[in-house]
Amino acid sequence: MIRDITLGQYYPGDSWFHRLDARIKIIWTFIYIVSLFLIRDFWGYITVLITLGLIIGISKVPLSFILKGLKPIFFIIIFTFVINMFMTKGTSLIEIGFLTITKEGIRNAFFMGTRLVLLIIGSSLLTLITKPIQLTDGIEKLLSPLQKFGLPSHELAMMMTIALRFIPTLMEETDKIMKAQMARGADFESGNIMRRAKSLIPLLVPLFISAFRIAQDLAMAMEARCYRGGSHRTRMHGMKMKKRDAAAILLMILYVTLIITQAQGILSFLMMSLIQSA
Amino acid sequence: MNHIISIEDLVFEYEREEKLEPIKALDNVNIKIKKGSFIAIIGSNGSGKSTLAKNINALLLPSSGAVYVKGFNTTDETKLWEIRQTAGMVFQNPDNQLVSSIVEDDVAFGPENLGVEPAEIRKRVDNSLCAVNMYEERKKAPHLLSGGQKQRIAIAGVIAMKPECIILDEPTAMLDPHGRYEVMEIIERLHNEGITVILITHFMEETTRAERVIIMDAGKVAIDGAPAAVFANAKKIKELGLDVPFIVEIAERLRNRGIDIPKNIISIEEMVDYIACKFK
Repeated sequence: MIRDITLGQYYPGDSWFHRLDARIKIIWTFIYIVSLFLIRDFWGYITVLITLGLIIGISKVPLSFILKGLKPIFFIIIFTFVINMFMTKGTSLIEIGFLTITKEGIRNAFFMGTRLVLLIIGSSLLTLITKPIQLTDGIEKLLSPLQKFGLPSHELAMMMTIALRFIPTLMEETDKIMKAQMARGADFESGNIMRRAKSLIPLLVPLFISAFRIAQDLAMAMEARCYRGGSHRTRMHGMKMKKRDAAAILLMILYVTLIITQAQGILSFLMMSLIQSA
Repeated sequence: MNHIISIEDLVFEYEREEKLEPIKALDNVNIKIKKGSFIAIIGSNGSGKSTLAKNINALLLPSSGAVYVKGFNTTDETKLWEIRQTAGMVFQNPDNQLVSSIVEDDVAFGPENLGVEPAEIRKRVDNSLCAVNMYEERKKAPHLLSGGQKQRIAIAGVIAMKPECIILDEPTAMLDPHGRYEVMEIIERLHNEGITVILITHFMEETTRAERVIIMDAGKVAIDGAPAAVFANAKKIKELGLDVPFIVEIAERLRNRGIDIPKNIISIEEMVDYIACKFK
């Protein structure tokens, strides 16, 4: 199941969105997440869906690849959906024993479920179309004004780079240890939750130890390659705003305007009157 | 000054917990290495060969004695970065020494640390990747590559720092035969381009390519000399718990049966040539 998580993975490509300055993509993702909680009606979701669709279409990330990332949180989505469906008060539609399904409940459930799905898709899209190095560089740059207040922005970015780099390595390590323990009769699959949690100990302890060993090796390799923190350092990919970044900022402003007009109910009013007049 | 590295009376002790005697990993080691040479250091586990490598790169500092890289004492902190740039190091585990999740960004890591201009970094990265035949894979993620390819990237990462000397600490130990072959090809090429190569290994076969072989035992230099001369002393090598290269062993047995094979034949190619010439 861990292998299905697309959050944090990069899908190589050379599209307009791939080449966009990472800082803009990060800010946009941030705005996007906030916007998901601002939108209130159907038209808001349409705006978000179209934006998302356009980005996915242009960046040519296969939809199946993105949807695969939803698999691990499928249960959470269903759970949210059901809870919202039963727990919202309002005009009741169906009553089953003590459970009532309300009109508002269905609406809420639908919106909350969609919201979660969009949240995951949107944030995994950021890492899918941004090189990890650029992403961390972007974060470093965005956080660098906070350095004055003692925030170690370079160190944070370096930690993220290394974490991303070592996810697959540790995954392989887990697999290896798991197989080694299974070969010696360890059972990771049967029993109740307590039993299963306990059976993870012989997996976690060696994994922890090997993580420390890897960290030590890596630290030595980094030192041998003259790493000495953020000062003195230059970057191969300098971050310079280009024309397309300016265009992206305009698009972002357009998006924000659409969301705000929608949140104020103006968009839906306009749309409705447009449909009526047609 | 044609000695790029000179190790003088080097003693290195690993500190242990209090009350326990420190472990002496290197005991009075003296080695002088000529610029542009290809040296193989071999020894069984615990012979101190890795410790020696880390001492050259100033990752470890001598307990007594001194190590000079390009004339700089490794204990001189003001020259630390210059020393590490001069003597680049490649480690054993290909997975644990790559920093970035994109091949070319990883190669750029060293020059970035040195504060090289971005355009120059780009040039160096491309050249280094070409030098190890990995240019095509420059956009890939390291974890999707084979061990040999990862190790070649690690080498490219060192080349991009423009070192005068490369120390390879058992670079082929975790590779399959094909990966081992690829890496050895690259090492030989680096040597031909004038870079000093110090290859630490425990595969005897690999030492036959070097110009000089140093055999370490229990923290000391046991044998030091040209490969043919070193392997002529097969009995002593075996006493140290090591094997002589396959061809040397065969030549020895052929000699015992009365076929005269010169002592300087140590590689398969030389042996094939010799036999082909002699028995045509």
